[in-house]
Amino acid sequence: MFKSGSIQSHLTLRDKIFGLDLILVISMFLIGVISFFAMYSTDGGQFAYHTKSHILRFMVFFTLFFIVSFVKLNFWYNSAIPIYLVILLLLVLVKYFGLTSSGSQRWLGLYFINLQPSELMKVGLILFLAKYYHRISSGDVNRVRYLVQPLIALLIPVILVITQPDLGTSFLIAFGGMVVVWLAGVQMKFFTYLGALFLFSAPIAISFLKPYQKSRILTFLDPSRDPLGAGYQITQSKIAIGSGGLFGKGFLNGSQSYLDYLPEKHTDFIFTLFSEEFGFFGSMMVFLLYILITWRIVNIGHSVRSSFGKLYCYSFATAFFVYVAVNMGMVLGLIPIVGAPLPIMSYGGSSMLAIMLGLGIVMSCKIHKEQPIG
Amino acid sequence: MLSSSGGGSKIRLIGRRMFIISAAKAVVVFGVVGRLISLQINESKKYKTLSDKNRFREWKFAPPRGVIKDYFGNEIASNKQVYQLHLIPENAENLNSLIFRLKNILNLSDKAIFKIQRKISSQKPWDPVIISDNLTWSEFSRINLFLHELQGVEPIVSVARIYHEDSSAHVIGYVSKISKRDLQKKEYLRDMRAAGIRVGKTGLENKLDSDMIGNVGHKRYEVNAFGKRIKEVSIDQGKMGKSFRTTLDLELQKLSSELLKGKAGSVCVMDIYRGDIIAMVSSPSYDPNKFVHGINNKDWKELINHRDKPLINKAISGLYPPGSTIKTIVAISALENDITNTKTTHRCTGSIELYGEKFHCWKKKGHGIVDMRKAIKESCDIYFYEVARKLGIDRLSVTAKEFGLGKLMVDGFVEEKRGVVPNTNWKREKIGKSWYLGETLHSGIGQGYWQTTPLQLCLMNAQVANGGYEIKPRLVLNKEKEKDFASLEQFVEDKKNFTDDTGFLSDIYSNFRYKTLFKNQENINFVKEALYGATNEVGGTSYGSRLPKEFIYAGKTGTSQVRKFTERQRELEIKNEDLPYEQRDHALFVAFAPYKDPRYSISVVVEHGGSGSKAAAPIAKKVIKKLLERHNLREKMLNEGKDI
Repeated sequence: MFKSGSIQSHLTLRDKIFGLDLILVISMFLIGVISFFAMYSTDGGQFAYHTKSHILRFMVFFTLFFIVSFVKLNFWYNSAIPIYLVILLLLVLVKYFGLTSSGSQRWLGLYFINLQPSELMKVGLILFLAKYYHRISSGDVNRVRYLVQPLIALLIPVILVITQPDLGTSFLIAFGGMVVVWLAGVQMKFFTYLGALFLFSAPIAISFLKPYQKSRILTFLDPSRDPLGAGYQITQSKIAIGSGGLFGKGFLNGSQSYLDYLPEKHTDFIFTLFSEEFGFFGSMMVFLLYILITWRIVNIGHSVRSSFGKLYCYSFATAFFVYVAVNMGMVLGLIPIVGAPLPIMSYGGSSMLAIMLGLGIVMSCKIHKEQPIG
Repeated sequence: MLSSSGGGSKIRLIGRRMFIISAAKAVVVFGVVGRLISLQINESKKYKTLSDKNRFREWKFAPPRGVIKDYFGNEIASNKQVYQLHLIPENAENLNSLIFRLKNILNLSDKAIFKIQRKISSQKPWDPVIISDNLTWSEFSRINLFLHELQGVEPIVSVARIYHEDSSAHVIGYVSKISKRDLQKKEYLRDMRAAGIRVGKTGLENKLDSDMIGNVGHKRYEVNAFGKRIKEVSIDQGKMGKSFRTTLDLELQKLSSELLKGKAGSVCVMDIYRGDIIAMVSSPSYDPNKFVHGINNKDWKELINHRDKPLINKAISGLYPPGSTIKTIVAISALENDITNTKTTHRCTGSIELYGEKFHCWKKKGHGIVDMRKAIKESCDIYFYEVARKLGIDRLSVTAKEFGLGKLMVDGFVEEKRGVVPNTNWKREKIGKSWYLGETLHSGIGQGYWQTTPLQLCLMNAQVANGGYEIKPRLVLNKEKEKDFASLEQFVEDKKNFTDDTGFLSDIYSNFRYKTLFKNQENINFVKEALYGATNEVGGTSYGSRLPKEFIYAGKTGTSQVRKFTERQRELEIKNEDLPYEQRDHALFVAFAPYKDPRYSISVVVEHGGSGSKAAAPIAKKVIKKLLERHNLREKMLNEGKDI
């Protein structure tokens, strides 16, 4: 293992390029291209602000993805704690210096980008916990003493994000963290305890929810309750997708989005717009690309030797899949509107940055799969 | 670095747990794909409809209303081009200064400006606000002159109702804006709510509203989520409403209105065979055009506070005791019931005492010995007290109802009143008291509880004049049925040639074909002949209003008391003119013309006009003259079978 590891550690750039997972890279690129078209449509068929900005971001972050991939996995392993702490610090800064938009304080105004640290935390927490469980032995996993640190590492960012308030993102952060804990082998009973605790504290938590959050949950349970209020989004999204039919209304012909019936069409509802214009076949194509990406990440997880790499890849694959499922479930009216972007396709720098970073580390696992960790 | 053995078991555990997660993912994939299938394939049709509902919105606009013409095709109510000014707030550069400029150009009042501003704030900035829906030509041209400085303002040429003269205001009615009550009453209006649409409120405008209103046109626009129009998709011009030709003669309407000028009252003229209402005028009149664009408060107050109630159609809503005009019916009823015969005489001394009450004849000195013909001709009250006493109120009321009193005359006129034909049952039910014999005597000369409309009196008289056949009054010509309407006239004409032997056969035939109102037509003919005396013989009540040879007609005067005279007033011989206006008698007159081969019936009522012979008969005389002069013209129209 040492021997092979030392050989592998001297990879040339050529080796690294050939080490890339081609299916994954092509799928990412295809989703990127699809998102250009979708964004062009949201701009009303013009090469306008959102489209330009989205393409630029994709190019920058796609390049970043390659750079991250080529960096040794050991570097990411060693930097896991600092990365986590920096993002945590940013989250604390958001509390004090963050920009507020539509009642929620989520963004840090940097000069070139409005950064949303909660998006980065989705990847940061997985990275942190993967390293944590890599280091402790399997015998220690279920000792209560060893459960305290991950629980704290998970709860602090979740609480910080929930109070922004941003229910959707905090749920996705928590979910990513829990997947790592689960994969590491923590017994079912601890999850049961946590679940019970959650159930009992839910009524208290609900009393802290903002009225709009309560109404979202109630509206999901019965969308006709408030057809022009919170239920409006679900209803209009379903109309758009349903009216797309088998083949869609055609590129730039999505009347629902063109006539402004679709809310947040650049961001959370980008899939709705695409689905209206390209129909069932288009939707299935996008969904399959996402499944393909998930499958490739899991596949990379299989091939990685280290438990850090495995934990990271499996967890990120699961988290990535859940981001997609939550967004689609939301626009299809299967779950409440929680405010979760669709990876790569949704307009938004921080979300794309986080996904590209996350996928970059996955790719680094693939390229440096034989490298020793520690 | 971890030991490889520990790492091995750990990695196996991770793999196992990942397998469970993958299974869960598969379930989610099925969920999402299933949902996509259900939305985009199974329920696609439903959502496509919903999407179109979102996408398109219709703006309705009012079609031109059907035209109302008189018998000769002259327009009574039609449409004219109006110049409107619409403002689209969104298009204005500076709304306040624009409104200020418009205020100066059009001399708008502060109140009007306030209303416009309130309207603007209550609707979307791209919805047009109507600044004025009826600009004068000079205002319109002034606006067009300044148009380049008035961004956001649109001059629009539209159509609106116009009424050509006031004499037919009551029978034609008027249109106005749709009210909540209209929407409840008229179901067809629900799909008709277009900007600027008007609905008939009274008269024929109301009766024929559903046919005349036409089909609403619409423009279909694609709209965005905020309701803003993006582009026009389709346009439907709508359809003009159905036009109607009426039985009215505009010339007679105008003449009648002219004759009633300064008086309150009404003139009705009817074809005695066809039931065609040739004139139906109520006075004073009003300008129905004022209602089309919304009547102003001052005009409205003036109309409703006017002593003579200009808005009431007195021809069908004015209720008057018939006075002596009822005597024809009393005579017919008594003869038909064999209570008396034409030869029976009574002595009139000017008054009679019965049941402890004193009953007076209008002629203080008395008529002396009177038979029935003289009683009708000179309108002797004492004679008819006697007849009524023997006849009884219940038998009289049956005959009166047969001849049309107490019934609605014209369909679809909500403002029409039924009136009262009194009898013992009626009094018990409505007043809760039993009938006094004295009341029978009052009823016998058309006083007391009687309430009749001028049109009812006209119909009553028409059915006497045509020989006792039931007819139905009508205002609107009907192309398909015109032949049927001519047949009664033909039948009466043919009947003259029947011999006595075949006469009874004709009665059987007429009973089968027409509803006859008599048992013995001789009784009707007797009354008609007596009425000839009333107008054309010395001593007749309307002798002063007779017409020369070619226009000879026959009529019955009536003077109905508004209040009962006290014995003291009778002694003082107080003249009608000396009483306060409200207490003066109503003057009535019914007549048919020409006397030989009658064709038309007329009723005239002048409220508080005094005696029928002085106030009502002279009006009737002039109308009858004009009517007979125009008879040939009317016949020609009919024979030519001109387009109806």
